[in-house]
Amino acid sequence: MVNQKEIRLSGSGGQGLILGGIILAEAALLDGKNAIQSQSYGPEARGGASKAEVIISDDTIDYPKVEKADLLLALTDKAYHKYIKALKEGGILIIDSNVEVDLTNKAYKIIKIPIIETAAEKIGKSMVANIVALGVIRVVTEVVTEASLERAVLKRVPKGTEELNKAALQQGYLLAEEFKNI
Amino acid sequence: MNNRQVKLMQGNEACVEGALAAGMRFYAGYPITPSTEIAEFCAQRLPLVGGKFIQMEDEIAGMAATIGGSLAGLKSMTATSGPGFSLKQENIGYAALTEVPCVVVDVQRAGPSTGLPTAPSQGDIMQAKWGTHGDHPVIALSPTSVKETFDLTVKAFNLSEKYRTPVFLMLDEIVGHMREKIEIPNPDEIEIFDRVKPKVCDESYRAYRVDEGQIVPPMASFGEGFHFHVTGLMHDDYGFPSNDSGIADKLLRRIMSKISDNVDDIVLFEEEFIEDAEILILAYGCTYRSARSAAKQARAAGLKVGLFKALTIWPFPEKRVKELTKSIKKILVPELNLGQYAEEVERVVKNDAEVYSLGKVNGESITPEEILAKLREVL
Repeated sequence: MVNQKEIRLSGSGGQGLILGGIILAEAALLDGKNAIQSQSYGPEARGGASKAEVIISDDTIDYPKVEKADLLLALTDKAYHKYIKALKEGGILIIDSNVEVDLTNKAYKIIKIPIIETAAEKIGKSMVANIVALGVIRVVTEVVTEASLERAVLKRVPKGTEELNKAALQQGYLLAEEFKNI
Repeated sequence: MNNRQVKLMQGNEACVEGALAAGMRFYAGYPITPSTEIAEFCAQRLPLVGGKFIQMEDEIAGMAATIGGSLAGLKSMTATSGPGFSLKQENIGYAALTEVPCVVVDVQRAGPSTGLPTAPSQGDIMQAKWGTHGDHPVIALSPTSVKETFDLTVKAFNLSEKYRTPVFLMLDEIVGHMREKIEIPNPDEIEIFDRVKPKVCDESYRAYRVDEGQIVPPMASFGEGFHFHVTGLMHDDYGFPSNDSGIADKLLRRIMSKISDNVDDIVLFEEEFIEDAEILILAYGCTYRSARSAAKQARAAGLKVGLFKALTIWPFPEKRVKELTKSIKKILVPELNLGQYAEEVERVVKNDAEVYSLGKVNGESITPEEILAKLREVL
């Protein structure tokens, strides 16, 4: 269990979190690791709480669901409140700036950054927030390599959006680096 | 040399890949969560290999068209979830009595009725056995991983062709939707069974006569020139309806015994940590993965826990489970229903072992912790 990382990406349906989870799992496979991606979502196509889970391990993975997350990404207030209980003590919370959160809480490491705003203003499309978030997760956890993450992104995003998504990934890296320097 | 493709693949996609590898060339169905990806992948892939995909007006028609595709000579499949599995049952009985090979996939979601459309379940296990009316032969398989989904889909086609019967592939929302690593076997590594066809096309042909040494009658394809009458009424060797009690008895006993006489060929299971086990966890589908995680943790804590993975759900792996009760006196059956399979285990082991059921029906999976807690309670 030592080399196993459990990651939960949460937000609302339509934010591309399941695709984000698939890309992260694919990147881990490209790195030669084992990975499993699962999801849970409501019956709606958009809105509602959505979560994607990724487990990355050097070993076989039996139970495919996240029990206690090492990392929680929350893009909405609703997702934050719904899933924060399953974050491991000492785990990492990456949370979008639009969500009110108690920053003095020492139970976990909180990284509050403007993921959605960066996607909307720096890239011009809020729908790439999922890719910006993946960039942030990579820098913060180093759970996948930069080369594999980029390959996985390019493999899974729609044709014609490659440059847009590469730029989104770079913005994610920058956001995380800036946060480190605060 | 190992030049197998390694991919991150979804369970539902692996089902389609397995079906194509087994030779499926016809799919008919009506999409329903959480099985929809199977229809989507079939629609994408079948035309590329000269196959046909058709979306029918509902699940009943989807099952009917699947039977038709197979009668016309193509290996055929349909996929659905609980509500659709209910609708397909009448035609499933038709396929059983007329001995039409086909594969029916049920990606189980929480029921009854429309229930929780996006939540996992194993609530259709008994429906797979008794869903259609009348005594009928049943083969049902249930994979626990993406790789096993590929392998068991191939197996499902092979068994359906060999025994001329519908075969159920019982997935669940977790196995169907999760993505994990799969190494796709090369075509020359995959064993394929094709239905036995009649050799001579003349007046001596009888569509439902079993030749000496064979398990099932040879099957002609419609349009090949054979006189082949198909009816859901009891029928004689020619396939013509009959009200004769002797013919009815002989036919039904024959289609039942083609499965019951060949259980060893059909039943697949795996075991782990059995040798010194004091309690056995018997599990299938997604729940097996929780069980394996729990068993490893229990072993680490010094509890003597064994694992039994039932890959063939029906027929039940009766012989082996009975054998195991000579040394193991407790069996825990975790499942996403309220004890459907546990009851079958009880029926089989009778007083030779204590059977404990751990059921869950709230749309969430059983966690390894929950199984561990139950183990501690009963050991």
